[in-house]
Amino acid sequence: MSARARLVLGLGSLAGLGALLVWAVGGLPDFGHPRGPYADLAPRIMLDERHVANAVTGITFDLRGFDTLGEELILFVAALGAAVLLRALRTEGAIEEAAADEERRGPGTADALRALGAVLVGPMLLLGIYVVVHGALTPGGGFQGGVLLAGALLLVYAAGQVAAVERVRPASLVEVADALGAAAYTLVALAGLVFGVAVMDNVLAYGTTGSLLSGGTVPVLSVAVGVEVTAGVTLILSEFVDQMLLRSRGGD
Amino acid sequence: MVAYLVAVWLLLVGLYGVITSRHLVHLVLCLGVMQASTYVLLLAIGWRVGGAAPIFADIPPSTPVVDPVVQALTLTDVVVEATVVAVLLALTVQAHKRFGTCDPDALGALRG
Repeated sequence: MSARARLVLGLGSLAGLGALLVWAVGGLPDFGHPRGPYADLAPRIMLDERHVANAVTGITFDLRGFDTLGEELILFVAALGAAVLLRALRTEGAIEEAAADEERRGPGTADALRALGAVLVGPMLLLGIYVVVHGALTPGGGFQGGVLLAGALLLVYAAGQVAAVERVRPASLVEVADALGAAAYTLVALAGLVFGVAVMDNVLAYGTTGSLLSGGTVPVLSVAVGVEVTAGVTLILSEFVDQMLLRSRGGD
Repeated sequence: MVAYLVAVWLLLVGLYGVITSRHLVHLVLCLGVMQASTYVLLLAIGWRVGGAAPIFADIPPSTPVVDPVVQALTLTDVVVEATVVAVLLALTVQAHKRFGTCDPDALGALRG
């Protein structure tokens, strides 16, 4: 099919789809008035029964905790898949040589950028840890904090320290942390069976609303996810950085 | 109401980008735009007039809040999109190494 014929067909289909979607919008709940009982019930359950102040984190790690188990395993498999795909074509030792080359050539970025990057890494790590552990209390949680923590590493890279990135993220440590995060979530999910209740049942004491350890398993799972997301995103990012190093050397 | 139409528009404009894309990285980003429409749709469905954020750290427990269930769903959605983008970009790197091009049309021709 020629590009022109495909464009005409595509635009026609898009117009049809658009018309159907706009028609469907008419059947959606009245904007500003959510339908269904869960909009009201979920925050009540979280606050009264689970002692979790942040209803979104509470739902993610308690009411919908089983879905989050699948979600975390998706991230685990995706990090694994990306790493396998990107490592398939490279030869042994090529990354180390490329990183050494890069170091010899010296940083190609401005001094101000490198200084700013170095200054921001510490606060960003701290913010990431804060967001992970306070997931049950204030906006945040394992996923958001984990991305912040991986972002701190990306900051090192953006400041032009590719060789330093290779040093601060020992590949085996990242891989082990990735697996540990996924395993910890799965084990906490299975803990319900040990205590004779259902999988994903909240088996720990709920604590006082507003305190760091409130919510039973919610903060535990949040930290497990934080570790998993940090390691998973770091693994994916560093595999792409490795590819860039190889490219800068002009070959595989 | 406008938010629902924004979601429709994001889906359509992203799909248009996918159809006309001449580069795999561009295609992956267009897929991201399409997925953004689901975030807007979910958050719009859960919005309540005058509702506060569903976080009771500093508001009384009786305060009307927006629907936290769809917000948790949006979180799942964002994570899935990030993983899909990561794997697709890894596949793009592979495709470029193997076939020397990132043009989806040229890739089709190479396969015959």
